[in-house]
Amino acid sequence: GRATATPSEAPLSAEEGHWSYPASALRSPAARPGAGGEPDERRSLRRWPASARCGRAAAATEVSAPRAVPPPPPKPEFQPPGRTHASGEHTPAGQAAPASGAGRNRSRAAGKTYGGRDRRQRTTSWVLSPRSPGGRRQGGRLSPGERRRLPGRKERAWGARPGEDSASRPAERLPERDSGRYYDYIFDFNKSRLNPAKHNSAAELKQLLVSVVLESECDLYPSITSDESYTLAVEGPVAFLKANRVWGVLRGLETFSQLIYQDSYGTFTVNESNIIDSPRFPHRGILIDTARHFLPIKTILKTLDAMAFNKFNVLHWHIVDDQSFPYQSVAFPELSNKGSYSLSHVYTPNDVRTVIEYARLRGIRVIPEFDSPGHTQSWGKGQKNLLTPCYNGPKQSGTFGPINPILNSTYCFLSQFFKEVSTMFPDQFVHLGGDEVEFTCWESNPEVIAFMKKAGFGRDFQRLQSFYIQKLLGIVSTLNKGAIVWQEVFDDHAKLNPGTVVQVWKNEMYHVTQAAVTAAGFPVILSAPWYLDWISYGQDWRNYYKVDPLDFDGSQEQKKLVIGGEACLWGEYVDATNLTPRLWYGI
Amino acid sequence: MVAFRYHASSAAQPGCSVLDEAFQRYRDLLFSSSWWQPPERTRKQHAPEKSSLVILVSTPGCNELPSLESGENYTLTINDDHCFLLSETVWGALRGLETFSQLVWRSPEGTFFINKTEIEDFPRFPHRGLLLDTSRHYLPLTSILDTLDVMAYNKFNVFHWHLVDDSSFPYDSFTFPELTRKGSYDPATHIYTAQDVKEVIEYARLRGIRVLAEFDTPGHTLSWGPGAPGLLTPCYSGSHPTGTFGPVNPILNSTYEFMSAFFLEVSSVFPDFYLHLGGDEVDFTCWKSNPDIQSFMKKQGFGNDFKQLESFYVQTLLNIVSAYDKGYVVWQEVFDNKVKVRPDTIIQVWREETPVRYTKEMELITGAGFRALLSAPWYLNHIAYGPDWREVYMVEPLDFKGSPQQKALVIGGEACMWGEYVDSTNLAPRLWPRAGAVAERLWSSELVTSVDFAFKRLTRFRCELLRRGVQAQPLSVGYCEQEFEET
Repeated sequence: GRATATPSEAPLSAEEGHWSYPASALRSPAARPGAGGEPDERRSLRRWPASARCGRAAAATEVSAPRAVPPPPPKPEFQPPGRTHASGEHTPAGQAAPASGAGRNRSRAAGKTYGGRDRRQRTTSWVLSPRSPGGRRQGGRLSPGERRRLPGRKERAWGARPGEDSASRPAERLPERDSGRYYDYIFDFNKSRLNPAKHNSAAELKQLLVSVVLESECDLYPSITSDESYTLAVEGPVAFLKANRVWGVLRGLETFSQLIYQDSYGTFTVNESNIIDSPRFPHRGILIDTARHFLPIKTILKTLDAMAFNKFNVLHWHIVDDQSFPYQSVAFPELSNKGSYSLSHVYTPNDVRTVIEYARLRGIRVIPEFDSPGHTQSWGKGQKNLLTPCYNGPKQSGTFGPINPILNSTYCFLSQFFKEVSTMFPDQFVHLGGDEVEFTCWESNPEVIAFMKKAGFGRDFQRLQSFYIQKLLGIVSTLNKGAIVWQEVFDDHAKLNPGTVVQVWKNEMYHVTQAAVTAAGFPVILSAPWYLDWISYGQDWRNYYKVDPLDFDGSQEQKKLVIGGEACLWGEYVDATNLTPRLWYGI
Repeated sequence: MVAFRYHASSAAQPGCSVLDEAFQRYRDLLFSSSWWQPPERTRKQHAPEKSSLVILVSTPGCNELPSLESGENYTLTINDDHCFLLSETVWGALRGLETFSQLVWRSPEGTFFINKTEIEDFPRFPHRGLLLDTSRHYLPLTSILDTLDVMAYNKFNVFHWHLVDDSSFPYDSFTFPELTRKGSYDPATHIYTAQDVKEVIEYARLRGIRVLAEFDTPGHTLSWGPGAPGLLTPCYSGSHPTGTFGPVNPILNSTYEFMSAFFLEVSSVFPDFYLHLGGDEVDFTCWKSNPDIQSFMKKQGFGNDFKQLESFYVQTLLNIVSAYDKGYVVWQEVFDNKVKVRPDTIIQVWREETPVRYTKEMELITGAGFRALLSAPWYLNHIAYGPDWREVYMVEPLDFKGSPQQKALVIGGEACMWGEYVDSTNLAPRLWPRAGAVAERLWSSELVTSVDFAFKRLTRFRCELLRRGVQAQPLSVGYCEQEFEET
């Protein structure tokens, strides 16, 4: 085994240092959906982790054994892949978690904490040496021969495959670009010292070898069932990052990038590590609110970057609300023409596509929220007769309330509108809102009252709201989309299709709500304890951290229905000036 | 509106650095902004002579430093005949230029306008400060300079620089270079060199801002220890030193020799008449544990009253600093603990409720004939959800029982941005526009109290700050034509 007892900070000056796929992986059809088969190759690729899987327990003591790969994820019905592992890898708290957000990192060598900076004396370190900046070249394709002479930029190495044209092979572009990003994160020459000292030791990490075991899903969008597990084995001269899908590779690259540090001589160093990692929950989101304040695209993209650093995988885009309607609809352009703050405070279809693709490249889903029937004041400006006219006695007051639930035209509009939304946003889910519906305007409107009577709702406006929501849910399900709703929709006893996801946001007794929703068999996203816009003095991140999303009374089956959570940064007092520090410092 | 001109009979003329540079700054802010297209000269309302603002400063003084006594009043006249800015001092002219820059607006066609107006303006309080803490977190020089810019937009005139504290010692002393070498977070990157300090002082001067340096002792000095062996009190556990240290050791001659040399340097590096000597939150536990201090106390007849020991230290220090012809500001504990201080000492009130409510404290301090600075209700580092600037704005500094003579002793106040949770990542949005509420309270008449009106103006001002590139956070829902753009 590796002599971990001699803590030589073994430098690896990577004369040839670059990261690449193993040659076999490059040619493997497994990494390219739809490509012709080379069955032998594929089998060999699969065999490798498979053997490791069998020998997992033994591998814990044998450092030079092949790396283990977690079993393929189950086909979850809202079951997080990580949590259905039979092998019971629950990591005790306090075990080395070298990467922030890496929930279940696990050192394979028993009793040894790899990558933990505090125990550096017990670890073996490997040095990564990027080439000098002079060797950098933007783009351009190289022959395999060149590639060996020009190490350093793995993106170059990866772009060097003969016959590969990135444009025609979108399937291969995702990790390729990604490696470029991570190369910069790690070896950013502006921030790092330029000439790391030469080490004499031979312990040198030359490559990070990335392999995708199953179909890569390179050209797909991430989804609720995406497998994000990966294994990372850092041992010179070649480090291995293996995952079933590209999404796991992305998470693993992030971890890898967080393992590397510069020692006091400026040498890039990484501790020998073996990490088996997968997320506890498949839905790990951030809510941004672009209605109270418009957020420039740049800010959203920067947020996506930081989300990837934290292994978040869902951007919940609360895109419109009472205050403004910045989403530029193709079918109903007047909505944003009249409902946005200004014509420069608008997200064009191109902007939306930019966000979605940028997110996809980081393994992040984009779930749009078009909240209705409440929180829709801004819709009224560009869509006549959509909102309920409020009455003052027998006369219309000139103000408007929630969406008018009693008109056919409403549902006709919603059908068309959500048809557009469902094509614009590729994710399986759309968030339909449904929170905080104010009944006073409905109550004031004689036509609404008459409708209520006819429908037999009496004075129960919750039933009217449920009536609306159910029709909307029906529309959305015909578009083959899943729906997420705020908890009121459940609280008000609307009849929900199975699989409708309920987002719990009310802080009071949220454990009880979680229990009730899961007892009724609906999946839950927890947000109540994570309203990041509620700032206070000091380290409030500690309170966020202490929350256990499964801390409620319920059966195992119920707990499995908690698919994750979201940190919400509502926009009443947040815009591009303070979003970043509020999101990422928790102070 | 294209030019700023000196009036022929102005005491300040071309070559006056303070105003020459201010003209350039405001020209850039008003007309060279990348977001504002140059105006199309189509409209004829403006007579050609109105294309310049004429400035008349009645007393010379371009190369001096602003002081507590500097006049800042000005008169701005915009009418059919002329645009005219009259002030006694260059500092007043700076305030007038700022006002002028906020009055100019631009039509959708790109033409710049200014409404006819006649403004006679002067500050209510002469000390309108902002405290930055560069010890808990280091602030890069650019953060400090940027803050000075925005302070000028808000007519603040004192930068209270809380340079060092327990956490780190970034001030690079040439008398005691070990202080920074051992006491800063990183002696290569996280320090303020003599050159940096000079730059800050000159940058501030050009904006009519004083730099009030604080070297807080005897508490809040842990970072001094590594670079000044023997300076801090060794704490004891029973009869053994624990290896930890407490406040500055007040019983050694070497302490005062050190302070003499150190403050001699500080007095020359920071040209303002006043120094801030701190004196807050002295923790007595370490002193209590130390047998040498116990026997010193006995010898001096202090008994068990460590406040007397603190007073002993502070008085000795004040005598040292007085000898350097400096005035001083201290935190309220120095007054609370009945340290005998010079009658011209300025006491800064920072505690909201203890030992008494801050209004009572103001009453006591001014009752004893000392000048007072108010900070207690203006700790901007204490953040909360929602429009907390309203409470900040509603504070009335003179709202305490006292004679007119007492009230006249309140020379102003300071907004404090302590650095426990603040560094260059969040400083600007935390400060602005909230600190603007303090600025207005300290500048405007006590009759200007409408929070709703202030909200409208502050909201508009926030958009103006965004246009000027300041990362000022929103006060409520809404938008600005020019939003903040990430770089």
